[in-house]
Amino acid sequence: MSEKTGFKLRNNLFFYVSLLCAYFVPLIIITMFVVLLKESYPAIEKFGLFHFIVSSTWDPVKGIFGGAAPIYGTVVTTGLSLLIAAPLSIGIAIFITQISPARLKGIFGAAIELLASIPSIIYGMWGLFVLAPIMANHVEPFLKETLGRLPVLEYLFRGTPIGIDLLTASIILSIMIIPFITSVARDSFELVPATLIESAYGMGATKWEVIKDIILPYSKNGLFGGLILGLGRAIGETMAVAFVLGNKHQIVLSLLGASSTIPVTLANEFTEADTKIYLSSLFLLALILFVSSFIVLSLAKYLVIKDRKT
Amino acid sequence: MNGTRKRKLISTFFILICILSAATGLFFLVFILADLFVKGIHSINWSLFTQDFTPPGIPGGGLRYAIVGQLIIVGLSIFIGIPLGLLGGTFIAEYGRNHKIAKLISALSDLATSIPSIVVGTFVYAVIVKPAGHFSAIAGAVALAIIMIPVMLKTTENILKLVPWSLREAAFALGAPYYKVIFQIVYRSAATGLLTGGILSAARIAGETAPLLFTSLNNNFLSFDITKPMASLTVTIYRYAMGPYDNWHRLAWAGSFLITAFILFVTIISRLIIKWRYKKGA
Amino acid sequence: MHDKYILRVKSLNFYYGTKQVLFDINMDIERNKVTALIGPSGCGKTTFLRCFNRMHDLYRANRYEGSILYNGKDILKLKDSIELRSRIGMVFQTPTPFPMSIFDNVAYGLKLKGIKNRAQLKERVEDALIKAALWNEVRDRLHSPATGLSGGQQQRLVIARALAVEPDVLLFDEPTSALDPIATAKIEELIVELKKFTTIIIVTHNMQQAARVSDYTAFFYMGRLIEMGKTDDFFTRPKKKETEDYITGKFG
Repeated sequence: MSEKTGFKLRNNLFFYVSLLCAYFVPLIIITMFVVLLKESYPAIEKFGLFHFIVSSTWDPVKGIFGGAAPIYGTVVTTGLSLLIAAPLSIGIAIFITQISPARLKGIFGAAIELLASIPSIIYGMWGLFVLAPIMANHVEPFLKETLGRLPVLEYLFRGTPIGIDLLTASIILSIMIIPFITSVARDSFELVPATLIESAYGMGATKWEVIKDIILPYSKNGLFGGLILGLGRAIGETMAVAFVLGNKHQIVLSLLGASSTIPVTLANEFTEADTKIYLSSLFLLALILFVSSFIVLSLAKYLVIKDRKT
Repeated sequence: MNGTRKRKLISTFFILICILSAATGLFFLVFILADLFVKGIHSINWSLFTQDFTPPGIPGGGLRYAIVGQLIIVGLSIFIGIPLGLLGGTFIAEYGRNHKIAKLISALSDLATSIPSIVVGTFVYAVIVKPAGHFSAIAGAVALAIIMIPVMLKTTENILKLVPWSLREAAFALGAPYYKVIFQIVYRSAATGLLTGGILSAARIAGETAPLLFTSLNNNFLSFDITKPMASLTVTIYRYAMGPYDNWHRLAWAGSFLITAFILFVTIISRLIIKWRYKKGA
Repeated sequence: MHDKYILRVKSLNFYYGTKQVLFDINMDIERNKVTALIGPSGCGKTTFLRCFNRMHDLYRANRYEGSILYNGKDILKLKDSIELRSRIGMVFQTPTPFPMSIFDNVAYGLKLKGIKNRAQLKERVEDALIKAALWNEVRDRLHSPATGLSGGQQQRLVIARALAVEPDVLLFDEPTSALDPIATAKIEELIVELKKFTTIIIVTHNMQQAARVSDYTAFFYMGRLIEMGKTDDFFTRPKKKETEDYITGKFG
């Protein structure tokens, strides 16, 4: 009898302990939001949320802060990195699932996933010491000579190519997010029923026609989910970008210009902030980043679930 | 006939483009790892592990203080994060199995694994560093733990769910209470997966820099005091790389090599263990 | 002029990797007739069917020996099967509508062939849907997604899709096993009608179905062709003992 009550007691104990641990996750998320809100309140009060987002004045001396420059930088780098990474990632996923011989599938898949295990600071190091010089000495001058001569595009390539700019940062980011997009894309492609694929071949379609007309449309939702996930990852990336962006609070049209992103601004200035309003403005940037990435990631998850359901 | 030839040509063209994409991805992987190896391997010598910081201009210098600090901070965060993640994942996969709230927490954890790590740093700054009035290794460990918990939770959930339900039923039928079933049956069957899951979660945060930037900050000397700022390998790499001295850059590469080698080694070994274990037809 | 037999199989052996699954098959398929392939699970009938449109090429390590003559040419020796598959179509067990509209599904094979003229496409799509006994049910919603149709309708859509390119041969792999009795009956009626336009080879595990729809029946067992004959004779006066055992239900 007492053994039974002993069991019951310990079972209840374990139940509640594990329950508390599980609840820890939503608790942290909510607490994070609340704390960030509280810390950024002084800045919201002083500048107004909307004004903060559109103003690019960042003056620690005068105590006037506007987040437009880091926000712009975040949008440009993440957008451009997605533009570069998307076709590459989908191409890699197609290669792994449709083209590669069965034996090599595992190796290629593992190799791409290895890219995801490399810490972001390594990407930063590599970006600063290896990619930036290559960009400055070869790639960027080349782009200036070619695309930089065309009418509208010339604005994108103004300025001296020193390699520390939006373009380099975007390229590093794109390499970083490739494994995430590829992984989701692979899973989506593998969900396409074999009989559907066989039917398409049975109609006499070529390999590319099967991919283009059947596999890609069928995996639409998963693909978008993967892309949005890549976006979500890129938004929050700090170290890879911090080395090669220059941390300048400026909005520039040229991809060869230095700028900043929200994570980079936080990384470089958090410990420097000496006034309350300075710190509060940084917290406001953090809050904006937190909410944006949460929304983006939720969208990605929703799309992936939708894909699984079909 | 001509139409078919054209279609086949187009197909070959696009297939080549996909092959090229895969080659590009592979190229960057090899390029980065090779560079890391080449630049880091020279600087690997004993002094790296035995000496501490020396001011610029004075020859020598090693990373001992940073390596020790990294081990302490990561060790502390593992101590906090793994049990919380493990127990949380156990709840989701066991007691909470069919409840809506468990599914919600599972979905939230998925999101939480991708939250920008620098935001976690600002959060910990606000709740630990500011009230305490100073930076500390503990704050850094807490930041890393917050990142690790959802990762460990999802991993645990996925691994435990692989254990067939019939195994639990057999134990219930013998009169065992649920917690015993979990400890003696479920954990046992999933042991390898849980172990490697834990290792991979730890590897994930071992290379993080951003959350440490304003929690454990940095240091220039060997220290074991976790209530004070502490050096970490990652932040040290950052500071050295951004500095103007060649010697510092050299050390930054050496540190990068160490960290990457460690993480890759651990990751590959874990994957191999999983493959080996589940191939046995276990 | 026209050979009575559109397909002639000579000494066909087939291997999945090192394992032989078809042994010395010899068979002639008569034009514009329905030939049914029956036999217990695993007897090789589906494997045999998939040789006709070289479906096995999609997977590794498969090997053919022998020949299948189609209008005099050996299809097993062709370098690639794209042309072949536009002449020999296939309908699968589970309906496989492509992720596009009803119209686009049926037009798919035509577009692959390079037919771009809107009017021509419309005409041939309607023709195919009429032949597949689906036109009246979908004429008002040709541009809605094909996945919105019922199982039986989807299967008829797949048949229309295959018919649109006017194939010489249509291969059916257990086309009604996933359908309810009413949808099954409709498809069976259709198969008998389609003889006029094309030659049909159908794999089925349902002997009554074979007896209902086919002109010729072939019995497979353990990778070999045991017996083949005119359907009426086949079921009433089987020549081999194994055939008789299978028909009377002693196994399978």
